[in-house]
Formats: sequence, C-alpha cells, structure tokens
Amino acid sequence: MSAQTVNVGVPPAPKPIGEPDLPERRKRNRLPYLLLAPTLLWLIIFFVVPIFTSVSASVQEGSLDQGYALTWRWANFSDGWSQYNGQFGRSLLFAFLCTVFCLLMGYPLAYFIAFKGGRWKTLLMALVIVPSFTSFLIRTIAWKTILSDNGVVVHVLNDLHVLNFTSAIGFTVGNHVLASPAAVVCGMVYNFLPFTVLPLYTSLEKIDPRLHEAGADLYCSPLTTWRRVTLPLSMPGVVGGTLLTFIPAVGDYVNAQLLGNPNTLVIGQSIEHEFLQDSTGYPLASALSVILMAATLAIVLLYVKKAGTEDLL
Amino acid sequence: MSALTASTDAAASLAPTDRASGKAPAARTSRRRGPLDWVRAHVLATTAVLIFVFLLAPNVVMFVMSFNAPVGKYNYIWHQFSTDAWRHPCQVGDICQHMGLSLEIGVVAMIASTILGTMAAFAMSRHRFRARPAVNVLLFLPMAAPEIIMGATLLTLFFSTIGSGSMGFWTIVIGHIMFCLSYVVVTVKSRLAGLDPTLEKAAQDLYATPRQTFLKVTLPLVAPGIAAAALLSFALSVDDYIVTKYTAGDQITFPLYVYGAVQRSVPTQIDVIGSMMMLVTMTGIAGMLVLGRLRARRR
Repeated sequence: MSAQTVNVGVPPAPKPIGEPDLPERRKRNRLPYLLLAPTLLWLIIFFVVPIFTSVSASVQEGSLDQGYALTWRWANFSDGWSQYNGQFGRSLLFAFLCTVFCLLMGYPLAYFIAFKGGRWKTLLMALVIVPSFTSFLIRTIAWKTILSDNGVVVHVLNDLHVLNFTSAIGFTVGNHVLASPAAVVCGMVYNFLPFTVLPLYTSLEKIDPRLHEAGADLYCSPLTTWRRVTLPLSMPGVVGGTLLTFIPAVGDYVNAQLLGNPNTLVIGQSIEHEFLQDSTGYPLASALSVILMAATLAIVLLYVKKAGTEDLL
Repeated sequence: MSALTASTDAAASLAPTDRASGKAPAARTSRRRGPLDWVRAHVLATTAVLIFVFLLAPNVVMFVMSFNAPVGKYNYIWHQFSTDAWRHPCQVGDICQHMGLSLEIGVVAMIASTILGTMAAFAMSRHRFRARPAVNVLLFLPMAAPEIIMGATLLTLFFSTIGSGSMGFWTIVIGHIMFCLSYVVVTVKSRLAGLDPTLEKAAQDLYATPRQTFLKVTLPLVAPGIAAAALLSFALSVDDYIVTKYTAGDQITFPLYVYGAVQRSVPTQIDVIGSMMMLVTMTGIAGMLVLGRLRARRR
C-alpha cells in the first residue's frame, strides 16, 4: 500500500491552490480544505504515518525489556518469510477460495434480487444485511453449533459420503467438519458474502431489464443473453465485489482461529502471536505485516489492471 | 482472473433449464415464455432461498442457543430449555462491563467520525478542487485495507510514540474513528448526491441567507444520511475485533472478551447479549421505517 499512499499523503495541505485571480474566488477555494482538514489530518496521522513507522519497525532489532533500535536489519524480512511462508500461502489460498465461493453464491443471489425481487427488492437486500445486526464473533461461534459432529449438516454430509471425498483431498478431517480448512472457508464465505452481494446488486440493478427482452428478440437464448449482455454490464460489480471480499479475507484470521485447527494457521495469527505474545517478535511481526501489505497491493493492482475497470473509485 | 471464469460456472449452474428452452420450437410463442419463466424463477429462487438460509442460520442458532442450559463450560450443543441466562445476563464474569466499555467507545467514535466525516463529505460533493482525486484515494484506502494491516501499523505508531503501557481507551477510539471516517464520508456523500439542487436555489430565490439555506433546507434533507452514517460507524466500532486487539493495551472490549472466551468457556450469556443486540437493532430500524412511512403519509 505504501507506494500509492506516498503520493496521496503530500497534496492536501490546507492552502489555496486556485489561480491567483479574484480574492472572492480564493476564499471559496479555501473552504473545502478547511472542511476536509480534520479528516485528512486524522487519516494521514493514523493511517499513512503508521505505514512508515511499521516499515521502520520492520528493520529494527531488540527485545521488549531492552527496547528496540533501528539497525536496518533487513534479515527480518527473510526470517519472516522463511518462518511463515506456509501461513502466507494458506492466507492467500483461503482468501482465493473464499472469493470464488462468494462470487458463485453472491451472483445468483444478487441477480435474483435485482431482476426477480420486484417490490420486495429493498426488503431482500435488508435481509442480506440483517446478519450483521449482531456481533460477527458470536455468529462465527454459532457455526461451531451448526457444524458440530452431532449436527444435521455433518450427518447429511456423512450419509452422502461427501466427507469421505473432502477428507481425501485434505479439506476436512475424518468425519468432522469443524476444525478443518473447510470450516474456515465456510466461515469466511459466510462473513464476506454481503461484501460481494452489495456491489454486484448495485451494478445489476442499474441494468435495464428491457435489454433482456432485446436479447430474446434477437434470438439469444437466456444464457447467451446473460453471457453477452448482463455479464459485461455487471463487470464493475464483479470486480468491486471480488476486491471487497478478497482484500479483507487475506487479513482475516478470526475464522481460522475459531473454526480451524493448528494446521490451518494463517498469517494474521502469526502476526498477532509475534506482536502480542513474543517479547522479541515486534520487528519480525512488523516485517510480516509489511510483506502482507505489499503482497496484497501487488495482487490487487495486477487484478485491477487485468480486469480493466478504471471507474472503481 | 479465475474468479471471473468461476462466475461463468455460476451462471451455467444457475440456468441449466434455459439452454433447453433456446431450442424450443418458435411456435406457440405466447405460451412458451410462461412455464419456462416459472421454471427459471424457481431454480433461481430456490438458490436464493438456500443462500438466505446460509446467511441467516447463525443468527437463528444464536437466538435459540441463548435459551440453552449447556452441559459443561461450552454452549455449543443443545441440551435443555432454560431462561436463566436471559434473567441473569450479567452474571458471568465482567461480561457487562466489557459490553459497557464497547458501547462507550462506540459512542465516542460515532460522534467524532460522524462530525468529521460529514464535513469532509460536504467538501467532496459540493466543491471541485485540485487535490480532489488524491483525497478520494486517501478516503477510499482505509475501506480497502485489510484490518490487520491497519491494526498492526497503528500498533507500531503507538508503540514508538507513547509506548505500549499508555495504550487503552483513547488509542482504541483513535483507531475506530480512523476506519469509520471513510464509511461516513461515503454514506453522507451518496445522500448529498441524491439531493435535488433546485431546492437550495429555491431557498435562495426566497431571500434565504446561505446560513438559513443550509440549516433549514440542506441539513434536514441530508439528516437521514448522517443518521445512517452515525449508526453504521457505531455498529462498526462496537463489533470491531482486529484493530481493537492491537490498540487496546490491557483494556478488554466485548469482542475481545468473546474471542478470549472461546479458549476458556463460552457461557450462554454471550448468546443472550448477541440476541439483545440483534433485537435492539431490528426494533430500531423497524421503528425508523414506520416513522418514515407515517411522516410520508401525513404529507
């Protein structure tokens, strides 16, 4: 994130930049900066500056008792990578799977609400947000009840022999769903699905349903109409939705902690462990978060460039 | 990119009946659409219902489990109906103190971020100035950044300036205001964008001063947006775990308590408080909707 924010941090000094013509005009140009000043200052001090302090912390050395000194120890990065590359890989894999499943579930749902919702549209969209009316931690814990060994879900999956298959590919463990990668991804999909649905709905809702009729009039099957008309028009929603899902999912570790096992550790858990439980882990944890930041930014920029949607902001 | 190809699969599974329909005889055009549309709506509707079940099941489970008398320390498995936890919601540890702390932080963060964010939203939607695109990016980034990055970087800032010993209430509030600001700006901005500009012009035509126009016309019209932004930032703050964890020092908010409880014991009271939050929010929103309807009818 650093490369982008460096450019951002510079300009918003609260001085008038307008052409030096009429004094009246100059006064008008100052107002937006005055209104923006507190917000910008807040974001610069508590969002942009911390990025630099964490980069600086990532090349320090020391311990909690003796204090940390800036020794430009770049080895923190290689140490962190070699120690935790498995966690990095798992974070990216889980986030990727989560994004795919969110899209697979979110698109039909958003499509249904946008085109078949009729007068219930608003109510149905409200239903998508209703889960967030209460603590997401408690809802994640509720998954422990739903996926527990004597629950309906596990029984049905067992009877259908699905668990044999998923255990064979290492997605579940034995006859259980809890404490497995499958449970972690399930929890993540559950937590981030609304983030996929909202942008998808926004872009689908703008599409004139008459375009579907036009497609049918031109002898397109509904599927072809969807592929050649609806999908291209909903691409901004797809790109926005996948980004809004993938980015927080990479950093999420609550699901891995609450629904996973010691073999599903993700990078967030390692960062928290190094920061808060290890008295010498402060520089290493900073290095890990800098790597995570850079990796996420690189993936996102690559994706946005490939997907070619410029009007994201 | 493969996320994109995946969506094609979604559509394929979504409309398997349609492919057949394309080859249906072109005769009987008027009747052809009816039943097929029903089938398509049916497949899609079933999928939608299943996804809604997936989305809403944990809330239902939470509510049901709040009436459970669990065996042992963990309220994971249904045992027996009991209203004990509802009658004594505060009886486990300091659960209500933790909730109180979360609410205090939420109120302070809500007030500050709503005021600052609303000012910024007015600047962004009513003025064109040179730094606008850059400011837009800066406002967008906190919403896009993974929470753990914000938390971890904030920790290094506080650690290197005030030290880990002085972290607590105010460092949590600072972090929460930081990530709420962008949401407030976006929410208020979208409300401002939907305003009819002729209303303000009309006020000026009727000799209202800019101040009067703002207080009597603009502000009342934007108020629902500001209220929504305030509620959103309150909810974000009360529910936040990750950023709080890194800025909390030795303070324990409700989410930190719940997260820690999974290691020790999950009392039924956690589900009770979760259900209370849900009921309060739902009543509040229902109340606002009813009020809005009544007001609209009176006009």
